[in-house]
Amino acid sequence: MYNFLSLNMATQPLLVFNENGIYCQLADVYLDPWKPVKKAVITHGHADHSRWGHQAYITHHTNVPIIKHRLGDINVTGKEWGKTFIINGVSFSLHPAGHIIGSSQVRVAYKGEVWVFSGDYKTEDDGVAVPYEPIKCDTFITECTFGLPAFKWTSQVEVMNNINTWWAENKADGNTSVLFGYSLGKAQRLLKHLDPNIGKIYTHGAIENMTNVIRPAMSFPETTLITRDTKKEDLKGSMVLAPPSTHGSPWIRKMVPYVTGSASGWMAFRGARRRRAIDKGFVLSDHCDWDGLLESISATGAQKVICTHGYTDIFSRYLREKGYDARTEKTQYEGELAEMETNTEVTT
Amino acid sequence: MKKFAALIKTLDSTNKTNTKVAALASYFSEASDTDKVWTIAILSHRRPPRPVNTTLMREWATESATIPLWLFEESYHIVGDLAETISLVIPTSEQGTEKSLTTFLEEMLALKKKSETEKKAYLQHNWKSLGYYERFVFNKLMTGGFRIGVSQKLMTRALSKATNIDEDILAYKLMGNWKPQTTTFQQLILEENPSDYLSKPYPFYLAYAIEGEANELGDISEWSAEHKWDGIRAQVLVRSGELFIWSRGEELVTDKYPEFSSFVGIIPDGTVLDGEILPFPDGKIGTFNDLQTRIGRKTVSNALLQKTPVILKAYDLLEWDNMDIRTSSFEERRLLLETLFQKISPQLNHLQLSETMSFDTWEALAHERERSREVKSEGLMLKRKDSPYLVGRKKGDWWKWKVDPLTIDAVLTYAMRGHGRRSNLFTDYTFALWDTDEHGEKKLVTFAKAYSGLTDAEFRKVDHFIKNHTLERFGPVRSVTPELVFEIAFEGIAPSKRHKSGVATRFPRILRWRQDKKIDEANSLDDLKELIP
Repeated sequence: MYNFLSLNMATQPLLVFNENGIYCQLADVYLDPWKPVKKAVITHGHADHSRWGHQAYITHHTNVPIIKHRLGDINVTGKEWGKTFIINGVSFSLHPAGHIIGSSQVRVAYKGEVWVFSGDYKTEDDGVAVPYEPIKCDTFITECTFGLPAFKWTSQVEVMNNINTWWAENKADGNTSVLFGYSLGKAQRLLKHLDPNIGKIYTHGAIENMTNVIRPAMSFPETTLITRDTKKEDLKGSMVLAPPSTHGSPWIRKMVPYVTGSASGWMAFRGARRRRAIDKGFVLSDHCDWDGLLESISATGAQKVICTHGYTDIFSRYLREKGYDARTEKTQYEGELAEMETNTEVTT
Repeated sequence: MKKFAALIKTLDSTNKTNTKVAALASYFSEASDTDKVWTIAILSHRRPPRPVNTTLMREWATESATIPLWLFEESYHIVGDLAETISLVIPTSEQGTEKSLTTFLEEMLALKKKSETEKKAYLQHNWKSLGYYERFVFNKLMTGGFRIGVSQKLMTRALSKATNIDEDILAYKLMGNWKPQTTTFQQLILEENPSDYLSKPYPFYLAYAIEGEANELGDISEWSAEHKWDGIRAQVLVRSGELFIWSRGEELVTDKYPEFSSFVGIIPDGTVLDGEILPFPDGKIGTFNDLQTRIGRKTVSNALLQKTPVILKAYDLLEWDNMDIRTSSFEERRLLLETLFQKISPQLNHLQLSETMSFDTWEALAHERERSREVKSEGLMLKRKDSPYLVGRKKGDWWKWKVDPLTIDAVLTYAMRGHGRRSNLFTDYTFALWDTDEHGEKKLVTFAKAYSGLTDAEFRKVDHFIKNHTLERFGPVRSVTPELVFEIAFEGIAPSKRHKSGVATRFPRILRWRQDKKIDEANSLDDLKELIP
């Protein structure tokens, strides 16, 4: 029985995709599982990657307060970047993914074979998340949310300049600027680079709470929570950071007269912005663009590439034409779609 | 070009009408006269002919972007706009251009006659040297229309603001067959030139659909009713011995309807009629489907003229004795029209009067509406007797009260991504009905396509279903597991040889998503055929 099992393990890949998530059978550990499991290594705090109900969570220590805030009283262990921890003889380590604060890639190694799971990642240093580092591996499991040549990001400096200019112009016109961004990640990235000299920055409750969770680890400009007592006159000309789900909700009526903006990779498409009836789109993503994906994959030195979420079929076909052994696997990760399409956040 | 690109960017990045008007007005007060004329032309759909076909543009863009063609095509399906896709996949440039909009358009006009090599060099040079947004605008000029939420009306309003010329007068000046190459801002907008007006139609007055109950319109004696004919709205001008026929899309269609050439000499010079062109096969009003065979043809064969002749159902008189009489009341205009008819109608086979009706009660009117399908109309038109002929779609004096549409429950079988605003969602659907084949087996047969009728939230749900229930992909089209049932509404129905189902429906759209129905409960093709009158 034991022999049979070990033989089976020797032929099975180090990581497999099953109905619960990405699974390492040797260690009996899941990476970002979507169904409740015994032990889960979590890349970052977004809802599609860190789900409720696992018996034990392992994640980077800066992500610990974030997922505790989201998931409540869970059994979680925090790890340092690059520190190896061994489970049943399999070596695991976490490495910066640059996606949002506390986001990791997971390196899994056994008997000289190395796999890396990217989680979500981006190559540009955003000044909030520890920047992405390419990790050498044999097999790279990559997201490809924006895996189309139509996606090419401009630098954050330029985008943030545009956002601050937009704010100043709106203020001069007597309008409040309402900027939509996901409450974890995008909101803090925007906040970090908004120019508080232009005016006051207000926040929606979901963003205020999450930012307060992160403040001990990082300094941000001052924010004011919008409450029932917030006066309409005070908001005039200010910046309001709000989750996308508030667009078109009664909550936002308090900001009248206002102009809306959205910061997301999807704003690269005119259609995406117009469909959401947003005045101004800023192309600012926490994922890689086309070139970012290709450069990162090349830098890992991996021959085998597994594409998880995004334009997987198109992207893996292109990789195969470039000589990679590339395929796709179905997961329940949603990438930036989660940030834009669903109303997962509670409006308070 | 810089200013024009900036204008387009501003127009494209706001949903607020006032901001758009302000941006346009300030552009019109700053731009050069030739750029202004071109801008007016572009925003009123008078673009120069396409100098390069889109297949070639795709190939050359693919080459400039150094990606495989299939990857370009996939990107295009997802972006949903060719000009935008090309602008996105080609590496960005920091340069930009000092050339004017006029220069670009003159170059594009000249380009049409050049060799393929020269065309390619011209495009690739501009793609490389223009900044992202200028490149997008450049591609839009090359490929076709700007759908940026600027109607001709909105543009006219802005022009009026910039020139202090009355909006209705501007609308009139901008109608007709002018070309940006041969006119100037002075001639087109500023000058008064009576001979220009020979072929000019009047802006059409358009009705709104009635909201709520008809009897909310008040005293029925103030209203004149007539049937709403289902053809092509047209203005027929007889001036100085010449005939001009304008469609509502401001297209001069005189040559398409040779039947009307007999009007000259009988209808006095200086007359403009407003009415509907209707198919008239076998001496009876036909269906819109009959008319379809005439609409697309530039030259009309004798056989077709025999098979599907047309008539004009006239319902209004806009010019009489060389006088613009649009400000007189509907009642007065109709009186003149009817007097004219009594004189001339025996001589004209292709002209009929749309009869007006008076009713004593709203119930009697509603009863007449029920009869619409019998008389081949779409419902009723209600016109206030003392109303002038206005410009564009205005509420209050004219109302259309259509019959309720025909409906049928059908199964969603194919889906395609939408365009523009909807490019990331599957919103263009194909619907099927049950049919029994020669072996007695039930199968689904496609009968209509529809794009509208669901809320954004419903579209998102259906989109999600499609993405998770795709059976096969054919380029941008996906076949999906037959599972969802929708109630489809349409205005008319007629037998058709061109459709697989043998039936053509007019203006099909989604009425609602029948989440309560399973696909077995959807209707059959026979049920649909039952509806053919």
